[in-house]
Amino acid sequence: MDISSLLTAIPGAISQGILWGVMALGVYTTYRILNISDLTVDGSFATGGCVAAVCLVNGLNPFVSLLVALVAGLLAGAITGFLHTRCEIPAILAGILTQLGLYSINLRIMGRSNTPLLKVDTLFSKGKELLNLPSQYVAIIIGVVLIVLLVACMYWFYGTEIGSAIRATGNNERMVESLGVNTKTTKMLGFMIANGLVALSGALVTQSQGYADVKQGTGAIVIGLASIIIGEVVCGKRRNFMVRLSTIVVGSILYRVVVAMVLQMGLSTDDLKLLTAVLVAIALTVPVMLEKRNQNARYKAHIEG
Amino acid sequence: MLEIKHVSKTFNPNTINEKKALKDITLTLNEGDFVTIIGGNGAGKSTMLNMIAGVYPIDSGTIVLDNENLSLQPEYKRARTIGRVFQDPMMGTAADMEIQENLAFANRRGQKRGLGWGVRKDEKEDLQKALHRLGLNLENRMSDKVGLLSGGQRQALTLLMATLKKPKLLLLDEHTAALDPKTAKAVLELTKEIVEEQHLTALMVTHNMRDAIAIGNRLIMMHEGRIIYDVQGEEKKNLTVEDLLIKFEQASGEEFANDRMMLSK
Ligand SMILES: Nc1ncnc2c1ncn2[C@@H]1O[C@H](COP(=O)(O)OP(=O)(O)OP(=O)(O)O)[C@@H](O)[C@H]1O
Ligand SMILES: [Mg+2]
Repeated sequence: MDISSLLTAIPGAISQGILWGVMALGVYTTYRILNISDLTVDGSFATGGCVAAVCLVNGLNPFVSLLVALVAGLLAGAITGFLHTRCEIPAILAGILTQLGLYSINLRIMGRSNTPLLKVDTLFSKGKELLNLPSQYVAIIIGVVLIVLLVACMYWFYGTEIGSAIRATGNNERMVESLGVNTKTTKMLGFMIANGLVALSGALVTQSQGYADVKQGTGAIVIGLASIIIGEVVCGKRRNFMVRLSTIVVGSILYRVVVAMVLQMGLSTDDLKLLTAVLVAIALTVPVMLEKRNQNARYKAHIEG
Repeated sequence: MLEIKHVSKTFNPNTINEKKALKDITLTLNEGDFVTIIGGNGAGKSTMLNMIAGVYPIDSGTIVLDNENLSLQPEYKRARTIGRVFQDPMMGTAADMEIQENLAFANRRGQKRGLGWGVRKDEKEDLQKALHRLGLNLENRMSDKVGLLSGGQRQALTLLMATLKKPKLLLLDEHTAALDPKTAKAVLELTKEIVEEQHLTALMVTHNMRDAIAIGNRLIMMHEGRIIYDVQGEEKKNLTVEDLLIKFEQASGEEFANDRMMLSK
């Protein structure tokens, strides 16, 4: 491995990790807080990118196009939420249906499969002019500012009455219903928030890479899960909520750094998806195996002692 | 207060698993009635409570609480005025949330929930006072996760949560059955205290006939989806376990021998 070229790749990896970290925060909302696996993500991530690209090409302000992308994500989440809560389709299937449908919608939004952002201003090109720094550093700065804002917002929101109701829904649905809250509504909100964040992330990534692609969301859900799990493995699970949210972003950054490293080691980008899938599968398996081993060890110790 | 008229429920109709769980139940509760419900396994006790709470839709009949027709309302809407404690101590609380978060969540029953704090600073003191009365020393563990509590502690907490905002009706389904005898007794005492203090109208399912006689002002016996015996006031106070057994045999024409009720003295 060439250390010096790795080092030059690190800032880019960090900025990618931060921008994709916004998506991981969205995945966390469904996967950990609501305790539902939502597969809309691959579609809504691309939706965010496509919507932002079309907005930019049509001369909208880069910041406003982020907001439009966010709203598109909220709507995508609402569709999955509707399919799951009202039509009572199992969450995983509901997510897959929306994701599939979004592929066509995303193509319709852009009118083609790829939209380059060559001659338009993005958040990052403007930031670059303003700060006069290399683009990776500009992306890091913008990303950090956004992440701090988002984490603060989420921390606040999940402390409110509605936020508590969403958390409680992921914890004990029966209890929530028995205390007068409609869990259909709380789940719907969760799906919307999650996909809003995911689309926002898609829009940010699109702006930073300078194009939108209808396939840019492929595998996003797995990357989101990887970020959450890496964060949990590295920083531990039982912690203050603010710290937990931050560890997800840390996980996302670590994931990108690992990716940069294996690319430096000569792996091709085509192999990345397999690598990610294997990584997540291992990360999900390890805790189970450890628990089993501990259980067996306890049992043996008991017999012998 | 509570008027149940001709309520029936059949599970899995028109299949080989068809089960008529409730058959034309009619029951009127007065304000302040504390009713104990006994009956063998599968008699329909839980189903009746679930019908009142709105867990499943009823097939026919009406349920009216305080002049409000609940028959077609979803569970969460009914829950605004109905408090419930389940048999399973894990069911009534959110394990990964703090004790104070659980309480504050229950404290907002029936209110619109918005973007105000989930636990307000000024309500903490009230919550702490409410916890204090449980006598479990939980008032000093307000920020502990509920998952750290024992089954009995959780059940006491659930009872408190169900009654924190005075419900029009309190439904207790064998809420002490999963606890050890000593804890069960304590939770039962607490139940009596709270119901009396707040003058609640309550329905309590129990398998313990002595408790069923000793607690409350009215007793109902169910069998195969029907109410087969309904007694209150003096007559109820003077009941003995023997009386109940005889009543059951008369009404059902069956031996009680291997029923679980036999075991609990
Ligand atoms: N969701 C359901 N689906 C199908 N059958 C059900 C359902 N719930 C209850 N039953 C059936 O309805 C009948 C009444 O059940 P219920 O739970 O009300 O009895 P119970 O009186 O509470 O008994 P126990 O003392 O065992 O708790 C039983 O035969 C039961 O199998
Ligand atoms: Mg029962």
